[in-house]
Amino acid sequence: MTTASRLPEPYGRDGGANLADILERVLDKGVVIAGDIRINLLDIELLTIKLRLIVASVDKAKEMGIDWWEDDPALSSGARRREVDRRSSELARENEELQARIAELEGRSGGRLEAGADGGAQEIRQTAQESGQPEGEERSG
Amino acid sequence: MNQLRYVYAVCRPFEAALQADLVGVGGAPLKQLAHGGLVAVLSHVPPEDFGYEPFKAHLEDLDWVSETARAHQSVIAALTTVTCPLPLRLGTVFRDDSGVRTMLEDEGEQLRALLARIDGRVEWGVKVYAEPVEPAGAAAAADRPASGRDYLRMRRTRRQDADRLWARAESFAQQLHTDLAARSAASRLHPPQNPALSRAEGQNVLNAAYLVGRSDSEEFVECVERTKDQEPGLRVELTGPWAAYSFSDPDSGTGEEAR
Repeated sequence: MTTASRLPEPYGRDGGANLADILERVLDKGVVIAGDIRINLLDIELLTIKLRLIVASVDKAKEMGIDWWEDDPALSSGARRREVDRRSSELARENEELQARIAELEGRSGGRLEAGADGGAQEIRQTAQESGQPEGEERSG
Repeated sequence: MNQLRYVYAVCRPFEAALQADLVGVGGAPLKQLAHGGLVAVLSHVPPEDFGYEPFKAHLEDLDWVSETARAHQSVIAALTTVTCPLPLRLGTVFRDDSGVRTMLEDEGEQLRALLARIDGRVEWGVKVYAEPVEPAGAAAAADRPASGRDYLRMRRTRRQDADRLWARAESFAQQLHTDLAARSAASRLHPPQNPALSRAEGQNVLNAAYLVGRSDSEEFVECVERTKDQEPGLRVELTGPWAAYSFSDPDSGTGEEAR
């Protein structure tokens, strides 16, 4: 574990780092000095890179685990929107499940409570069973 | 056309030789340029790649950026074995040696101050992930709820389990950060990485960097290793040793935990 340089290197040459870890540091950390060729990844250019990566090759970026812009305040509206979408679709699914559950319960008691409405109650029960709420719940779990 | 100068890092003068086969961006050999008690480590790069327009175009090419970033990091990593380099950001390019000298002259004071801060130290990256686990007993028993009440109870249990995991993850991460910060000269909290894109399992709840003395590093690593299997559902990841990338901004010297 301990090398001649007296530094532990638990994960070999790249120190267990993935490309996202490397890019996070090389592109986003380190001393910023204005060189003669002024594309020093000063803020505006860095932003451009991030945006271009998102627009041009999101799949590729995903593949490589490049993700830091997700948490960049300047760029995070997309991330926030996805989070909101996720939450609302979860709520919608939960709502559906509960409604199906209610329909089923109503269906069970429907025959007794509403004389003559047997056919309708049957239909509701059928729908509830088809919607298969317990399986839906498993998927969410 | 004349070759440009790509500068990787600024160091204090160092005696030790670098690996003979070490090359920089584009496979060019590394050079050292000393001025005013500082050394710039650089290599020559072609203006066809690093002139304003072509460089800007290259930055849109993820493969090119990745390859360049890896070459940059491998030079910094090699320097880290012989000295404590101050890493510059990717793509710090000058027209000629005299441009590099002017930079060392103009920025000398700040560079020396930063070098003093990171002297004898390296950076370690620590990430914590929360991995929600299916509660085996509860899931099996409640596979098919017997009644609506059971169903709702099952839902509530699952939600409470998830809430407990988050609460546990948060307090574990906070405690770990406090412990590690006490063992380091300085620390930085970076934004968590997004699981959808990083493809890492679980939710990243801590993404931190610690500036640690070389002689304290073994102990630091052991301390992190000990926490690895401490908590079910929580995964601790260690990367490093890095050059002090996260501690090279001029403002990072203040308002941080110091020992």
